[in-house]
Amino acid sequence: MENLSLMLAPLLSSKLMIVLIFGTLFGLILGVLPGLGPTTGGALILPFTMTLDPLSAIVLLTAIYCAGTYGGAITAVLINTPGTPAAAATCLDGYPLAQKGEAGRALGMATVSSTIGGIFSVVVLVFFAPLLAQLAYEFGQPEYFALAIFGLTMLASIGEGSPIKNLIAGAFGILISTIGKDFMTSIDRFTFGINELSEGIGFIPVVVGLFAISEMLTQSTLLDQIFNRVALKAVKLPSISDYKKTWITIIRSSGIGSFIGVLPAEGGTVASLIGYSEAKRWSKNPEEFGKGSVEGIAGAEAANNAATGGAMVPTLALGIPGSATTAVILTGLIIHGVRPGPDLFREQPDFLYGIFGSMLIANVLFFIFGFFGAKIFARITLVPNKLLWPMIFAVSVCGTYSLSQSILDVWIMLFFGVIGFFMRRYGFSVVPVIIGLILGELVEGTLRQSLVIFEGDWLRFLTRPIAVTFFILSLIALIFPLLRKKKSNE
Amino acid sequence: MSDVQKSKGADKKSLPLFFNISFKVIFIIVLTSSVLLYFTFTFEEVPPILNRGIQPATFPKALLILIISLSLIVYYLSIKVPWNIEKKLPNSFYITLASFIIFSVVSVTLDFFLGISVLSVLVSFFWGERRIFYLFLVAIIFPIIVFIFFETILGLRFPGGIITNLYYN
Repeated sequence: MENLSLMLAPLLSSKLMIVLIFGTLFGLILGVLPGLGPTTGGALILPFTMTLDPLSAIVLLTAIYCAGTYGGAITAVLINTPGTPAAAATCLDGYPLAQKGEAGRALGMATVSSTIGGIFSVVVLVFFAPLLAQLAYEFGQPEYFALAIFGLTMLASIGEGSPIKNLIAGAFGILISTIGKDFMTSIDRFTFGINELSEGIGFIPVVVGLFAISEMLTQSTLLDQIFNRVALKAVKLPSISDYKKTWITIIRSSGIGSFIGVLPAEGGTVASLIGYSEAKRWSKNPEEFGKGSVEGIAGAEAANNAATGGAMVPTLALGIPGSATTAVILTGLIIHGVRPGPDLFREQPDFLYGIFGSMLIANVLFFIFGFFGAKIFARITLVPNKLLWPMIFAVSVCGTYSLSQSILDVWIMLFFGVIGFFMRRYGFSVVPVIIGLILGELVEGTLRQSLVIFEGDWLRFLTRPIAVTFFILSLIALIFPLLRKKKSNE
Repeated sequence: MSDVQKSKGADKKSLPLFFNISFKVIFIIVLTSSVLLYFTFTFEEVPPILNRGIQPATFPKALLILIISLSLIVYYLSIKVPWNIEKKLPNSFYITLASFIIFSVVSVTLDFFLGISVLSVLVSFFWGERRIFYLFLVAIIFPIIVFIFFETILGLRFPGGIITNLYYN
C-alpha cells in the first residue's frame, strides 16, 4: 500500500507532471520521426537533464522511452516506415490496413495494444525488479563479472544481425571504456599524449555520434526516398469484435515483450518480431497477416511497448542495461549520482517507485496524446530532412559540448558518427558498442577484483555456482544462434 | 539496419577473394586492432604488488586479440556466404562528410557558431533546399535560438570567436 502511494506520488507533483507531459510529447515526436527515436532523443536531451533533480531527469527519460517506442507506430502505419526499429513489424499489417482506408482503426489498435503492453510491463517491473535486486545481494565481484559477460553474449545472440559482428562491436565498446587512466593503477592507456583523454571518453559524445550523426550520414544517402503517405481522418478505438479477436494476442505479446525486455538485448525490436510471429502462429486467420490484420498490429505493438518495462528490470536492479535506450537512462542515473542496484531499492524506494509510477502515467499519457493527437504528430513527418537534420546537428554539437565544455568531445562525436555510419553499412550494430562502453568498467573492474580475491587463480571462478551458471548461460547464448543458423540452412 | 550477410545478390561472381568488400572491412579492423595492440606494449607496467590482478595492458590486449580473432572468423564465414554489395555512396554523402570537416575547421579558426551555420547551410542546400527563407532559418535563426538557450538557460559559455566574442564583449 505504501509502495502504491509512492508510485502515485508523481500525480501529486505539478513539476513531475509537467516533466512527464513534456517527456511524453517529446518522445512521441522523436518516435514519429524516422531515424530519430527514444535512444537518440534521450542522448540528445541528457545534457539538459543536468538542470533537473535526479528524479525529474529520470522521469523525463523514461517518459521519452515509453512514448517514443509507441510513436514509431504512427509512422509505420501512415507512411510504411517505422519511426523506430521496434515498430518495423507494425508496418507489415499497419500500412496495408491504412491503405484500405482504415488508418484510424490501425492506429487505434496500435495505441490500445501499446498502452496495455506498456502497463503490463510496468506491473512486471514493479514485482520483478525488487526480486532481482534481492537476488543481487548474493552477488560478489566474480558473479557481477559473469553477469556482465552474460549480458554481452545475450546482446550478441539475440540482437539484430550477425552474432559475431555484435560480439566484435561489444568488444569495441569495452575497448573504448579502457581509454584514459586505468582506474586502479592510474596508468595512461590509449591517451596518445592528449591530456584530455586521460579522463577517458565520455558516454554522450559516443552515443550522440553513433546514433544521431551516423543517422545524419545515413539520411544523406536516402535523399531520393519517397514516402507514400496515407491520409488519416481520426484515430478510432477498436470495435468490440476487434477486441474479441485480439485480447489473447495482446496479453501473449505483453508477456513475450516483458520477458524479452528483461534479457539484455535490443528488447523492443526483437520482442515485436517475436510477438508478431507468435500472433500469426496462434491466429485463426494467419492468411490475413501481411494484408492488414489487426492481430498483427496488436501482436507487434503490445510486445514492443511491453519490452520497455522489462528492459528497466535489469537496468535498475543490477545496473545492466536491458536495451540501448535503457543504456542512456542508466547513464542519466550515473551522471545524477544514482547507482542502480540492490542498495537503491533499500535506500531510495521513493525514487524507484516514483520512476515506476511515472512510467505507468506515461503509458496513459501517450494513449491520450496518441488517440487525440496522432493526426498532428503525423504532420511532423512532413518536416523535410533537409531542414530537420541541420537542426539536429546544431543541438547535437551544443549538447555534446555542454557536458564538459570541451571541443574534443565534439570531435569525438563526429569521429564516432563516421565510424557508426560505416559499422551500420557493413552490418555491425552500434547498440553493442554502447552497452560495451557502459559495461566496460564493470567487466574490467570485477574481473580484476575477482582475480585479487582468487589470488590470480582463474579456475576459482568455477567454485562460484552463480558465476558458473552465468558462464553456462553465456555459452548457450553463443551456441544457440549457430544451431539456429545450421537448422535454417538445413 | 540492413543485414549484409544475405546470400542472394551477394558479391560472388567477379571480385577476387582479397578485393571483395568483406576483405577490405576486415582488413581495416585487423590493421587498426594490430596497431592498437602494438600500443598496448608501450603501456607502463606496475609492480606486482600494485597490479590488482592483472597489468593495466592485459585487459585491452585480450580485447584486441578477441576482436582480431572474431574478425578473422567473420572473414572466413564471408568466403562461404559473401556479403551483399552495398550501393555506391551518393555525392550527398561525401558533401555531408566534407561539411563536417569544414565545420571543424571554421569552428576552430573562426567561430563555433559560424561553423554550425556554415554546415547547416551547406547540408540544407546540397540536400535540395533552395528557398532562401528556409536556408536563413536553419543557418541563422535556429543556431541563434540554440545559442541563447544554452547560454541563458544552461549557463554555458561557448568558445570565443569572431561572432561569439561580439556577444561576450
